[in-house]
Amino acid sequence: MNLNTLTITQAKEGLKEKKFSSVELTKACLERIKNVEPKINAFVTVSEKEAIEQADKADKLASQGETLQDKPLLGIPFSVKDNFCTKGMRTTASSKVLDDFIPPYDATVVAKLKEAGMVILGKTNLDAWAHGSSTETSDYGTTKNPWNIKHLPGGSSGGAAASIAADEAIAAIGSETAGSIRQPSDWCGVVGLKPTYGRVSRYGVVAMASSLDSPGPITKRVEDAALILNILAGKDTYDATTSPKPVDDYLATIKNNIQGIKIGIADEYFDDITEQVRKKVLEAIKVIEKMGVKIIKIKLFPPKYTIAVYTILQRAEVSSNLARYDGIRFGNDRSFFADEAKRRIMLGTYALSAGYYDQYYNKAQKVRTVIVNDFNKAFKEVDVILAPTNPWTALPLGASKDNPMYGEMADALVEPSSIAGLPGINVPCGLSNIGLPVGFQLIGPQFSESLILNIAYQYEQTTQWHKLKPKL
Amino acid sequence: MKINVFHVAKLANLPLTEEEKKKFEKQLAETLDYVAQLEEIDTKGVEPTSQVTGLENVTREDVAKPSFSQEEALSNTKSKHNGFFKVKAILEV
Repeated sequence: MNLNTLTITQAKEGLKEKKFSSVELTKACLERIKNVEPKINAFVTVSEKEAIEQADKADKLASQGETLQDKPLLGIPFSVKDNFCTKGMRTTASSKVLDDFIPPYDATVVAKLKEAGMVILGKTNLDAWAHGSSTETSDYGTTKNPWNIKHLPGGSSGGAAASIAADEAIAAIGSETAGSIRQPSDWCGVVGLKPTYGRVSRYGVVAMASSLDSPGPITKRVEDAALILNILAGKDTYDATTSPKPVDDYLATIKNNIQGIKIGIADEYFDDITEQVRKKVLEAIKVIEKMGVKIIKIKLFPPKYTIAVYTILQRAEVSSNLARYDGIRFGNDRSFFADEAKRRIMLGTYALSAGYYDQYYNKAQKVRTVIVNDFNKAFKEVDVILAPTNPWTALPLGASKDNPMYGEMADALVEPSSIAGLPGINVPCGLSNIGLPVGFQLIGPQFSESLILNIAYQYEQTTQWHKLKPKL
Repeated sequence: MKINVFHVAKLANLPLTEEEKKKFEKQLAETLDYVAQLEEIDTKGVEPTSQVTGLENVTREDVAKPSFSQEEALSNTKSKHNGFFKVKAILEV
């Protein structure tokens, strides 16, 4: 057994029983990184020395009686998306503007995980500023899909998802604005949880669209995602949009019986998808139906309109958020922005400029209300919604080049729930005829993470898809 | 719909070349054509949604806490002077 292939739960067991040390576990991940990085390029920065030091510290703490109860991630190696500030460790957001930025502080997510005992292996690649769904807009090269290196991993958390599919890390941290956790998780065949907006702090995450940004875990198993959310969720005084609502114990309810739960299926989410995706997702629905869940046909607002809403809202918020990068206090000046960021800043600036605000930004925000109301109506009929995560399986390298709307099209099925601030999870449900992963997503009402994790877990337990590994 | 790319780039403080201007003009027009679909949706009487948390007037206690030292705050700048950020003049004298 190669230690790097373990899940968090398995790794914790092994550490507890002293079958191996955190240093051995961490070295196994670093060895794997060394072997497969030339092929997949999932990392922008690998921090080998620091990782071994942290692992050694974890082993010492464990030998002094520190328990996995108090520090639930003690000695577990993670990859962290490179848009999370890590104290003393370069954070680029995959843009040359931040090529030499060494944050003097940790993002709240990173601070919480460190407090729980995490070891950081390094920082994973993303589309520059998280603008995109391919990693092709990264200034540090494209990440390749571990299932087929001629294909894209998706994005923006493409490096994070690839690092898990390739077993370079035990778990990963990503972030989603509209699809950036679920979409690459789907293309890489791993679990990706996008929490409710406001459930997990955005403090210290390089801001993209602040009314949408949601950090979350990318893992090998549903159980691991629940475990990480237990650590991340909650109010943060540094992020005023975090909710004061009490946090559930997401692990406690994961094994609940799902009989009688009502799952909604909407034709609008099956209209423009490939046959391979349709086939696999319909198979998954049959499996879930057999578990005693009620499948109910519902109608939802057509996802294609949400592409337009998202495009306006995201560009507008980007133009405002990226205004701070002037190269004075940190980073390089604005001539270092690449094409995608420039396009987005300019479109957002235009949509917010005098004379166009009502036509674009205000209109998009009104349609956002229509989308929110539409989901509220649906959740009166059903408990959760099941849909394909992506219209297609992983596209070939180059697919996003010079297509200014590529990302929005790829994220069509995840954008509506992001715009409404809802939680969603990608669950692997098989491989296409050419061996590329397919997944489905479960979308629930705000703060229903327990329920979607519960259904995802029960599905995972009755299937074998999560055990498939790419040959690299 | 055509965007005055140079004007917008000036508002956003982005340096652009003539070549970039041509490329972006075309690409941004395509994006605007796409988002024009929004006009098909009836939003008469609909209030805009600017945030989904429902939280308002979130404040914290007004208590001083330790923060970055001057050295930490300046640790990433390329241009400093006597413990301050040094910037280019913005007013002509």
